[in-house]
Amino acid sequence: MALGLTLPRAAARHPFAAALLLGVCALLAALLAGLLFGPAAVSARAVLALGLDVTGLAPLPADLQREAAVLTVIRLPRALLAAMIGAGLGAAGAVMQGLFRNPLADPGLIGVSAGAGLGAVASIVFAGPLLALAGGKLGLWLMPLAAFAGGLGATLLITRLAQREGATAVATLLLAGVAVNALAAALTGLLIFMADERQARDITFWTLGSIAGARWSQLPVVIALVLAPTLALLRLARPLNALVLGEAEAFHLGLKVERVKRQATVLAAIAVSAGVAFTGLIGFVGLVVPHLVRLAGGADHRLVLPLSALLGAALLVLADLVARSLAAPAELPVGVVTALLGAPFFLWLLRRGGAS
Amino acid sequence: MIRLAAATLCRSGRVLLDRVSLALSPGEVLAIVGPNGAGKSSLMKLCTGEFLPQEGHAAFEGRDLSAWDPLELARRRAVVSQKVALTFPMRAVEVAGLGRLPWHGTPAMRRDRAAVAEALSRAGVSALAQRPYALLSGGEQQRVQIARALAQLEAMPRPAALLLDEPTASLDPGHRASLLRLLRALAAEGVAIAIVLHDLNEARFVADRVALLAEGRLLAEGAPDDVLTPGLLGQVYGVGFRAVEGGGLLAEY
Repeated sequence: MALGLTLPRAAARHPFAAALLLGVCALLAALLAGLLFGPAAVSARAVLALGLDVTGLAPLPADLQREAAVLTVIRLPRALLAAMIGAGLGAAGAVMQGLFRNPLADPGLIGVSAGAGLGAVASIVFAGPLLALAGGKLGLWLMPLAAFAGGLGATLLITRLAQREGATAVATLLLAGVAVNALAAALTGLLIFMADERQARDITFWTLGSIAGARWSQLPVVIALVLAPTLALLRLARPLNALVLGEAEAFHLGLKVERVKRQATVLAAIAVSAGVAFTGLIGFVGLVVPHLVRLAGGADHRLVLPLSALLGAALLVLADLVARSLAAPAELPVGVVTALLGAPFFLWLLRRGGAS
Repeated sequence: MIRLAAATLCRSGRVLLDRVSLALSPGEVLAIVGPNGAGKSSLMKLCTGEFLPQEGHAAFEGRDLSAWDPLELARRRAVVSQKVALTFPMRAVEVAGLGRLPWHGTPAMRRDRAAVAEALSRAGVSALAQRPYALLSGGEQQRVQIARALAQLEAMPRPAALLLDEPTASLDPGHRASLLRLLRALAAEGVAIAIVLHDLNEARFVADRVALLAEGRLLAEGAPDDVLTPGLLGQVYGVGFRAVEGGGLLAEY
């Protein structure tokens, strides 16, 4: 275990627990940073006072009211949303790589990104008639709903196309993914062609991703559709370890291979579709984070899956912090930040042979 | 333990096995021989339950293989395939440790560490345990896969089955000999063993019975001396065979 270089004895004896503890610390540190830093100054005292107030230990001092409002209204929902969505992206990326037995796989391969994009773009271009149809009840939920439906729909279409005689051929799945992705991109292009100037701008920003729209009302949905499937994905660690040897070997080791493939694709598609439905596309978290974990701690999925989730969460919280701080008071799209961080890092990985 | 009854296997419209009937009993070694493309690996896959026959039956312990739960089956038989490549970097000991997956959550789990160490030692790869699997030679990888199967086999109640598809293919003569001796020892412990072999002298040494396949049909089955005759082999392989002193066979190039 490469992590155990200078760790104390207890950590060397339980390398998994030590690595997971490290991941939890990284996430907590990122969350704290996400609360403390940003365009408006918030003191550590305010964070502490708010914590005491929420737990009912001490009432909030009057001079901290404004800072507390910044925390509760803006930063806390943003940090929590970013953490859960980042965890989903990291874990889903790791699961897809294990499932496709390809270190370059990500949920985009099974149509999540392109499908969600098509849904979101359609909801922007047809916002007027769609909202009228729903009787004004959907409001801000229209786009997330459309993006979620698009991402999940594309995945189900691709997996259905790859089914033959009850078995999913992984090679066919990848090819069907390429074709469905191309089709969704073409339809998206057609919609962009139909869009007016303002819609075209909205579309561009959606594809770049942003967590600026985070609100408390979204959290229950994100817990149910991002956090819950992410936790369920963590249970696939042992089956994915068996799949490292190939599907036939995994069957010899007692795995219901088709069931695991179905569970993994559907759970990953739900987690990622629901995540990007609220934020727009966020690239590279699902690709880079699992790589980093494997480099540091080896290929055992019992470590790779939870640590990818924890570090994916930490990374997205920090990327969001960078996105809203760097050009304040304006905001950079968070997808731009993750790609700016992720792409050079990935190239470095390729050069040092980490992806071979 | 395993019984095929007039089993016919078709894949993509081709008949790979044509009405093959064969039985494997606990404590015996069955060698499966035949030319390339004769259907040896397909026969193995019928025995493991990976493929199900379109006609006829394939049964394990009297129950049709289609009715077995994969996990239950993995607790009764282990399989060594021809060549296993990994996607992600793992050490040899981790690969061998995957043989313990079927025993996760059972009392046998307590012996995981000891069982893997013993399996690595029996397969002669203890010294390679901490090395990355991908950097091992073909023969070393093969022995690590054998260790994985042994780790799986360790906790099985007897009778159990061990199925090996050309396990000697990339081994040197010394390691071939020790593998074949290991298989004889396992058979003596009550394990039913089926093994695909190309080397007829190895088959002769290790097997209680030999099954000779050609073009998807079972041509002959029985004691090594009855099946591995120069006449029959010459007809199947298209090359002359000569019996040599001590009971061996030599192909005439």
